[in-house]
Amino acid sequence: MSTSDDWTNYTKRIEELAARSGLSFHPVEFEAVPDTFMMEIAVYGLPVRMPHWSFGVRYIYQLIQRHMGNSRLFEVVFPGNPGHAYLASSNGLAENILVTAHVLGHADFSRNNLMFKRCQGQVSEHIVEHAANHARQIQQAIEQHGMQRVEAVLDAALALEQHIDIDQALRRERYPEYAPDPKTLADDSFRKRFAQLEPTAASTGMEVKKRAPVPPHPERDLLWFVANYAPEMESWERDIFLAVREESFYFYPVFATQIMNEGWASYWHARLLREADFVPQQAYVDAIKCHSDVVRPVAADQQVALHINPYHLGFAMWEKIVERDGLDGARHIMEQDDDFSFIRNHLTRELADELELFRFSARNDGHIKVLEQDLGGLHEAILGPKYNFGAPSVSAAHVRTDGTLELTHDNSVDGRGLDLERSRRVLDYVQRVWRRPIVLSTVNQAGSTLELTAP
Amino acid sequence: MPETSESPPSTAAKWYDLFSRGARDWLRHDEKVRESVRKHLPQIVSGADVINESARTVRVPVRMLEHYHFRLRRPEEQQGAGQGKAKPGDVFSDPSKQRGPGEKGQGGQDEGEVQLMLEFKIDDIVDWLWEEMQLPNLKARVGPSEDSDWVREGYDRRGARSRLDRRRSFKEMVKRRGNPAAQPTFIDEDLRYRQLARRRQPAVHAVVFFMLDVSGSMSDRDRKLAKTFFFWVVQGLRREYRSLETVFVAHTTEAWEFTEPEFFQVSGTGGTVSSTGFNKVREIISARYNPARCNIYLFYASDGDNSVSDSAESRESLTAITGDACFTGYVEVSSGLSRQLATETGRLYAELQTAGCAAGSYALNDFDDVWGAVRHFFSAEAKALDGT
Repeated sequence: MSTSDDWTNYTKRIEELAARSGLSFHPVEFEAVPDTFMMEIAVYGLPVRMPHWSFGVRYIYQLIQRHMGNSRLFEVVFPGNPGHAYLASSNGLAENILVTAHVLGHADFSRNNLMFKRCQGQVSEHIVEHAANHARQIQQAIEQHGMQRVEAVLDAALALEQHIDIDQALRRERYPEYAPDPKTLADDSFRKRFAQLEPTAASTGMEVKKRAPVPPHPERDLLWFVANYAPEMESWERDIFLAVREESFYFYPVFATQIMNEGWASYWHARLLREADFVPQQAYVDAIKCHSDVVRPVAADQQVALHINPYHLGFAMWEKIVERDGLDGARHIMEQDDDFSFIRNHLTRELADELELFRFSARNDGHIKVLEQDLGGLHEAILGPKYNFGAPSVSAAHVRTDGTLELTHDNSVDGRGLDLERSRRVLDYVQRVWRRPIVLSTVNQAGSTLELTAP
Repeated sequence: MPETSESPPSTAAKWYDLFSRGARDWLRHDEKVRESVRKHLPQIVSGADVINESARTVRVPVRMLEHYHFRLRRPEEQQGAGQGKAKPGDVFSDPSKQRGPGEKGQGGQDEGEVQLMLEFKIDDIVDWLWEEMQLPNLKARVGPSEDSDWVREGYDRRGARSRLDRRRSFKEMVKRRGNPAAQPTFIDEDLRYRQLARRRQPAVHAVVFFMLDVSGSMSDRDRKLAKTFFFWVVQGLRREYRSLETVFVAHTTEAWEFTEPEFFQVSGTGGTVSSTGFNKVREIISARYNPARCNIYLFYASDGDNSVSDSAESRESLTAITGDACFTGYVEVSSGLSRQLATETGRLYAELQTAGCAAGSYALNDFDDVWGAVRHFFSAEAKALDGT
């Protein structure tokens, strides 16, 4: 038997230990795969996903990174029932024992965290299979309509992949066609008295239905909006938009709980390993060494890192929380929070000092200055890149009678205007499926309003 | 064969051993880059630096394509969070990372630094360009016009015994076994066969004269413009003629024949007397080439400032050449001033054209004009040849 088979002997026992320690998870299917495939999973975010040239670009960057020895992937896990965990076949025994425990931490998290539960409730617990289905469906579309046309749709859909509205349902109804009747609102006592004051308004008896504007309010879910309201989109094109959107609904909780989730899994792999008396001594020592490499805050040869390792931060925070609130308290937080509330509520001044976290300001020319300590500012510096799925706040504001789509960028939320050149390119992508003109308003450097148009 | 009830999972090949989606999508990216390079090929290749005659390829540096997303404008200054031994007020300088933190959007399409070097075969480029610009294929004035032939191109694992490439197959065997000293044993996978591809082959013989004015008024840039133009003319003519000879003549008030590398380095001083050049060309034609057997082309690049006293003689000499040649062309390189052929030599060619000779002229002021010039001459030649 080869070493890669050895670790499977421990899987069962680690699972039992995890269950005894209070973790509750769906069964996980483990599979050891070659490093090349691990890399592809990391590039695509899913084991089988739709084809697009932009993944090819990421793939090359990954290859370069790997050749420079920068990154090594031990595992990738996909939530679901059953969950799927892919382990690099180059992992040693110790690494695989550690990774198994880590994966169970993730499985516990994704089964119990509310945001995960909600999204999985909508996307289903079989995202891996769904994504493979999307890939097949898009492959068929390519055969039927040609690479060029399908690629044009994917260019647009994937460019908007972060622009979803997670607060709405995945399967959303179209807007009501007519504006709500004002009389149906007249239910409370104020409205009744108001109606009495002006009897003419209440008694016209004319049933005038008013068409609701589209969209009735600024719409953040651009993928949904384009798929539903594009004047001349074909049904296979809509399907591609909706496929990308479904995958985005899956990706969102992974993105929005990264610090908590990686921290939770790291906390549990460390703890389970400590308690696993069945692991041979040497494997234990190797695994602990591997653990400290993964959760290390700053690279070995450096004093300072200009980014924060989410594994380390999350791990350190969960250790403090378990110490403070006990395991039940920690589980409660794990279930309720996402990274935003987690960081704001539980990254305290003392912990930030202990971890030597700091805030800095970087200028374009590479000049970097460490700023005064400020806990609120530190929270925002960590969370800043995570707002709105990491994308600018662009929403659909109006569709003109000639079909022109008006998009607006809310610079008051984002603090500055859009990158004009890139935005123009995105409009070009989207215009090819919207098939009518698109106007996007944002602000320029000086802060005055500016309109981009396509074509 | 008896069926085995258990197939060991460790040896069964999984689909991901056989197929890489990353590589597939990378190839698609590559294809897109090639498509867009191809669209802008005339602009790219007219920059003279990409031309490398000996290699028969053109190397074009390209950046990776970016898939665009909505992104905020890059701010002058941006905040980030870090970890380690740093006190408020500490200052670092990080020139390698000229970018704020957190800007690495999802998927990290930010790294625009990697450059690819794409290599194109000059033959392919010329084919595309001729197709793109719908340039006519020339007809030879003498001899059969075209022929197609098989040429070697690449290798395959299958093929006829007679095309087995032993050297290549041996290499594959060594690669597989990793030990060149061991007794050579070939398996089918090692064998490599030469592939053949059908290419249009020009059938007949031609000579093209490139005549360059190197008088004091021609700047380096003018010479480089002329060189770029000449390079693509040669490529175009190679499509037509199996053996294409080139003759390089430079002149000031005298004329000399040069080899190709010398030709473009030559710079002279003094005035311009075109007839010396034309006479040199005539001399070479009568000494080496028989106009009845060989298609003759003359391309002349000059700033057009021929001395007025020479006009009669150069007219006579050029007319004589035109009688023998398939085509004579004139490019006026005057990067500083665009006089649009209103020069002594320009007028001379205009006269010839009016007289119905196979001649043409074009004003070349910039590298962007090179393709205009090539197109102009090849269309004019085709027309002139149709007329004869």
